[in-house]
Amino acid sequence: MITVHHYLILSAIIFSIGTFGVLTRKNAIVIFMCIELMLNAVNLTFIALSHHLGNLDGQVFVFFVMTVAAAEAAVGLALMITFFRNRESIEVDDINLMKW
Amino acid sequence: MYDKLWLIPFFPLLGSVINGLLGKKIKNEKVIGAIGTLAIASSFVVSCVYFFQLLGDSEKVHEQVIASWISVGSLQVDWGFLLDPLSALMIMVVTGVGSLIHLYSAGYMHGEEGFYRYFSYLNLFCFSMLMLVLGNNALVMFIGWEGVGLCSYLLIGYYFHKQSAGDAAKKAFVVNRVGDFGFLLGLLTLYWTLGSEHGVWTLNFVEIAKHGHLLGAGSLVVTIITLCFFLGATGKSAQIPLYTWLPDAMEGPTPVSALIHAATMVTAGVYMIGRMNGLFAMAPDTMMTIAIVGAATAIFAASIGLAQNDIKRVLAYSTVSQLGYMFLAMGVGAFTAGIFHLMTHAFFKACLFLGSGSVIHALSGEQDMRYMGGLRKHMPYTHITFLIATIAIAGIPGLAGFFSKDEILWWAYASTRGHWLLWLVAAGAAGMTAFYMFRLVFMTFYGKERLTHHAKHHLHESPFVITLPLMVLAVLSLFGGYVGVPAILGGANHIHHFLEPVFGHSTETFGISAHGSHAAEYGLMGVSIGIAVVGIALAYLMYLKRPELPGRFVASFQGLHRAVFNKWYVDEIYDALFINPTKRLGTFLWKGFDVVVVDGIVNGTGKIVVACSKALRFTQTGYVHNYAMSMAVGAIVIVAVYVFR
Repeated sequence: MITVHHYLILSAIIFSIGTFGVLTRKNAIVIFMCIELMLNAVNLTFIALSHHLGNLDGQVFVFFVMTVAAAEAAVGLALMITFFRNRESIEVDDINLMKW
Repeated sequence: MYDKLWLIPFFPLLGSVINGLLGKKIKNEKVIGAIGTLAIASSFVVSCVYFFQLLGDSEKVHEQVIASWISVGSLQVDWGFLLDPLSALMIMVVTGVGSLIHLYSAGYMHGEEGFYRYFSYLNLFCFSMLMLVLGNNALVMFIGWEGVGLCSYLLIGYYFHKQSAGDAAKKAFVVNRVGDFGFLLGLLTLYWTLGSEHGVWTLNFVEIAKHGHLLGAGSLVVTIITLCFFLGATGKSAQIPLYTWLPDAMEGPTPVSALIHAATMVTAGVYMIGRMNGLFAMAPDTMMTIAIVGAATAIFAASIGLAQNDIKRVLAYSTVSQLGYMFLAMGVGAFTAGIFHLMTHAFFKACLFLGSGSVIHALSGEQDMRYMGGLRKHMPYTHITFLIATIAIAGIPGLAGFFSKDEILWWAYASTRGHWLLWLVAAGAAGMTAFYMFRLVFMTFYGKERLTHHAKHHLHESPFVITLPLMVLAVLSLFGGYVGVPAILGGANHIHHFLEPVFGHSTETFGISAHGSHAAEYGLMGVSIGIAVVGIALAYLMYLKRPELPGRFVASFQGLHRAVFNKWYVDEIYDALFINPTKRLGTFLWKGFDVVVVDGIVNGTGKIVVACSKALRFTQTGYVHNYAMSMAVGAIVIVAVYVFR
């Protein structure tokens, strides 16, 4: 039987992979993709628990999360395009002018 | 009937405000001088009206309350005025002599830059002095007390461009302040003791006189209160130990010296003792102290005056000495004699100072008597009035000074609170007074002319506006004493009867009177006349007949002369004992405390903030992954706190 625990563990694993990616990868686009991974993992948690508890609130909240994810991706890509125009690169190691 | 009392201090206040605010615009000297003089003259007119009204009134004590000032619990302090024989006499002296001096100043200060400032301050001074004298409670008196000290500072420092004038003004104010501290201590102790121990919360003079006996005659608290008040009097009236400011105060213009440091401000201490005579009569120890200090000051200052060469310095030390006489009188219980001498002294001392001003003015600023001489031919009016005033101060019979000084000497010997030693010291000082005053006259007006060329240039008798006050004061010095002719000379001693309502109660209650045989009284009178004549003769011998004598005297007593000439080094002693340690304490508090501790705390706070920010800036590595990591760690910590709570 596939119980709610399976969904929750799967979601945790996907979240961890996303976090690891954010902290480790150099390419900005890949970091955005990892952020999307984290958000979707959270969506999975919401839906699983909503079905398990019989409460529709979780599924409604998923819509909010998806909307925010979309908006944030748009803004982030715009940032990266601007950055590329100035620095010819989108590696986050090169965003280092605001150091002490 | 007495409801316009407030006009008396109001007129000079108005004059001061007008001259102070508008004086710079009204460039006309005559107008400014007229405003100032008319202000005080109007006060004089009102004072005369009330004085004569009081003479005919059977009820001698009148109060007028303008407004309530402090009304707390059972304490009621008003803006109020008290008219009784004592204050009536004082307002006559203050406004009368003040008017003459204002008139004199209009001529004397001609051409001075800051002419309007002078008259503004002089009127403000008169306002303060009148508040002091007319106040019906100790707080209004204190306002006047402080006000005259302030105006003294402003006027001594009138020539503020001169370093010495500024220093003298500061010295006067600071020394006065020490005395004011004593006054305040006395006031507060009186208020507190009467209130907390006897339930009488008041500062009103009439009530203090009524309830003062509750403090207990001869008790420690009364002695302390009166001693504190006396300390205030020594500051204001230049007695030992707080007299050092008065000789330096001669830096101010001469009419200022005449008004403030001869006729009015310095008499505030004597007036204060007279006003609170009930309390002082209850404290025989304090009265003995006052008498001793007064007699000591009289002879001490007279000794310094013997050797001074500056004409104004001699008069300044003479003032200190004569004030000593007044305090001697108050100390032995001769309250009437003290006030009588205050009045006659105002007349002849003001005349002397104004006369010296006339001389200095004529000699284009020369003040050293060694460069004067033979002036009687050039300045007849000044000479005659000056001579009359000098004869008065020497105590020659018939003139004002004789009656007042003689009464003091008699009471010093014969009072129930007197002592023959006090009489001896005072008589010695009288001899010295006669000597140094006639020395002054002979060196200035007689003998060979020793004038510098510069002085001779503009030598002329002073204009009428200057000589008129001199003549009025000389007439008063001649005849002003006749209000107090004692019984043994066939007089009715009017002034004694006039002041009876003020002092009678204390003198009767404590049995203060002068008792002695008529023979003793005549004998002492003869002795004092004799001493005065000897002093005059000695001065004549040393300064007219054989002018080489002073030089020989100085040569054979060099040490003594140096000590006397240098004022017995009192200023230097005070410097070493008080001034320099205070300066050192001030420097330490500045360099050691203010700079190190206070600035250290303020600057240190800034330095700590800078150090912290220097440490914290290393968190901004500019490396995005570090920021992401710190976000992740922070989120984990917050969740962990909630999970494991």
